[in-house]
Amino acid sequence: MHPDLSFDQAPPVSVPYRFFLTAPWFGVAAGLLLVIQGGDALVSRWTPQALMLTHLLTVGFMLQAMVGALFQFIPVAAGGNVWQANRLASLVHPVLAVAAVLLVLAFPSSTPALFHAAAGLFAIALGSYGLIVGIALWRTPAQGATILTLRVALFGLMVTATLGVVLAIGLGLQKSLDLFEWTNVHAAWGLGGWALMLIAGVSYFVVPMFQLTPKYPAWLTRTLPWAMLAVLCLWSSQLIGDGFVWLRGRIWLMGLLVATTWGVVTLRLQFRRRRKVPDITLTFFRGGMLSLVALFISALLFEVNPNWGTHPRADVWLGVLILQGVFVSVINGMLYKIMPFLNWLHLQRLCGLTVVPPNMKKMIPDVSMFWQMRLHFSALALMLCSVVWPILTRPAGALFALSCAWMGVNLLIGVKSYRQFKVQILASGAGSES
Amino acid sequence: MPQNMCALIFPKNSMTLTQPLNNHHKHCDELFATTEEAAGRRNWTLCAKNFDRFHQEMEAHFSTEEQVLFPAFESATGITAGPSRMMRFEHTQMRELFEQMAAALRAQDGDEFAGVAETLLILMQQHNMKEENMLYPMCDRSLGAHPPDVEGSLRKRLQEVEQTCPV
Repeated sequence: MHPDLSFDQAPPVSVPYRFFLTAPWFGVAAGLLLVIQGGDALVSRWTPQALMLTHLLTVGFMLQAMVGALFQFIPVAAGGNVWQANRLASLVHPVLAVAAVLLVLAFPSSTPALFHAAAGLFAIALGSYGLIVGIALWRTPAQGATILTLRVALFGLMVTATLGVVLAIGLGLQKSLDLFEWTNVHAAWGLGGWALMLIAGVSYFVVPMFQLTPKYPAWLTRTLPWAMLAVLCLWSSQLIGDGFVWLRGRIWLMGLLVATTWGVVTLRLQFRRRRKVPDITLTFFRGGMLSLVALFISALLFEVNPNWGTHPRADVWLGVLILQGVFVSVINGMLYKIMPFLNWLHLQRLCGLTVVPPNMKKMIPDVSMFWQMRLHFSALALMLCSVVWPILTRPAGALFALSCAWMGVNLLIGVKSYRQFKVQILASGAGSES
Repeated sequence: MPQNMCALIFPKNSMTLTQPLNNHHKHCDELFATTEEAAGRRNWTLCAKNFDRFHQEMEAHFSTEEQVLFPAFESATGITAGPSRMMRFEHTQMRELFEQMAAALRAQDGDEFAGVAETLLILMQQHNMKEENMLYPMCDRSLGAHPPDVEGSLRKRLQEVEQTCPV
C-alpha cells in the first residue's frame, strides 16, 4: 500500500449519480415495449422484440448502474484511483446511453448503419472505460478476493464488448456469422463474466458490512472467479468448432452451479446475520439470490426434461429470472443503500465538523422504497406467469415499467434531498463549496 | 464483558500487534446489533443499557488508537497527514453520530434512532475495513521493532468499562 494513501479519492457525487439516474428509465422503456408488443414479444429469445428487451435491460439498465457503481467502488473499497474520473464519466455516460438506444433501434429494422454506429460508440465508451478503470484496478496496492473478482469482472466486460461489437458489425454487414454460438458466448461473458462477477466482488464487501454477517468463506472467494473463467473458456470453445457440442448442456449447468453456489452461500450468510432489523436492501438481495436458485433448478429441469427445455419459451423463462429476478433486484436494492450513504458522506464533507448532516433515512422515504420493492417483486411474479400465459404480458410489462419509474423517482428524490440539504448547509454558513 | 469475550478479543497467541483491535471491532459490531435491535422493538430501557455499553467500548477503542497506536505509527513512519489523520477525522464523525443516537434515545424517537444507527453502521464498517485491510497491516509492519502496548492499553480501558477483563 502506498504510505500516503489518504482514503479520500472518491469522485464527485455527480460521477456515479448520472449513471444511477439514467438506469431505471431503460427499465421503463423495456416495460413499455412489452405493453406495446404484448405476448408476441416473448415467443422466443430470438424475436427482435426479445432482443430489444434484453439489451434495454443489459446495456441500458444494468450497464449504466454497474459502470457508475464501479466509479465509486474502486476508490472507496479498493483504494484505486480512477484517472480523470469526472472527464471519463462525462464521455462514457452519454456515449453508452446513445449506443444502447441505437442498438435497441437496430434490431427491429436491421438497419446496418444503426448496428455500426452502436458498435462504434460501444467500442469508444467501453474501450476508454476498460483502459482507465483497468489501470486503476491493476495499480491498486490493495489485495484480496474483491480485487481479484473485480479484475475478472472487468476482463469479462471487455470480452463481452468485443464479442458484441463483432456481432453488431456482422449483423450490419449481413455476414453469415454463427449467430447462435456467438450470441451464446457473448451473453455468457456478459452475464457470468461481467455482471455476476461484479456483484459477487461487491457482495464480499457489502453483505458483511450492511448486514453484519460473517465473512464469505475463503474457499468460495478464491475459487469463484477462476471457476467462472474456466467455465466461460470451455463455453467459448463453441466458437472454434463443434468438438464440445455434446457437452454444452453440462457446461451451461456447471456455470449456473458456480453462480448458484455463491447465491446459496450469500443466503446462508444473510440467515446468520447479527443485524436483525428489517432492511430493504437485504430483501432485494434475498429476492435476487432466490431467483438465482430458481434459475438453476429451472435449468436443471429443462436439461432433464427436453420437452420443456426445447420449448422456445424456456429460454425466456430463464431470461426473466436472470435479468429481472437476479440483476434488477440486486441493483435496485444496492442503489437504495449507496445513494443515501453517498449523500450523507458528501454533505458531511461539506459541513466539516461544525454542522451534522441529516441521517441516511432522511434522503429517500423508507415507505416509498418499501412499496416500490413490493411492486418490483409483483412485476417479477407476473412476468414469470406471462411466460406461461402470454395474455398477462401487457400487465406484467406495465407493472415493470411502473416499478422502474418509481425507482427512478425515488432516486431523483434522493438527489433532490442532497441538493436541498446542501443549500441549507451553505446558507447556514457552515459549509464551503470546494 | 464475559470471560469468553475476553478470550476472543485477547487470544493467548495474538498473531499481530493489532489483532486485539481487529477482534474488538467484531465485538463492537455485536454490541451495535443488540442496541439497534432493542430500539427496533422500542424497548428503550434495554436500548439505553446496550447503547451505554456500546458507546463506552467504542470510546475505549478510539482512545487506544488515538493515544497509543497512531502516535507510535506516526513517530515510526513520519507520516502524520496520511491514513491516521483520516481515521481520527472519522472517529470525530462517529462521535457526532453517538451524540445524535443518545439524543434520539432520550427522546425515544425510533425513526430518528434507526436513521442515525444506519448511518453510523455504514460509516463504522467502512472505517473498520480501511483499518483492518490497510492501516493495521501498515502498523504491524512499521512498528515491529518498537511495538507499543496496544493490547495492554485496550485491556485497561475495557476494564474501566466493566471489571471483568484481568490485565
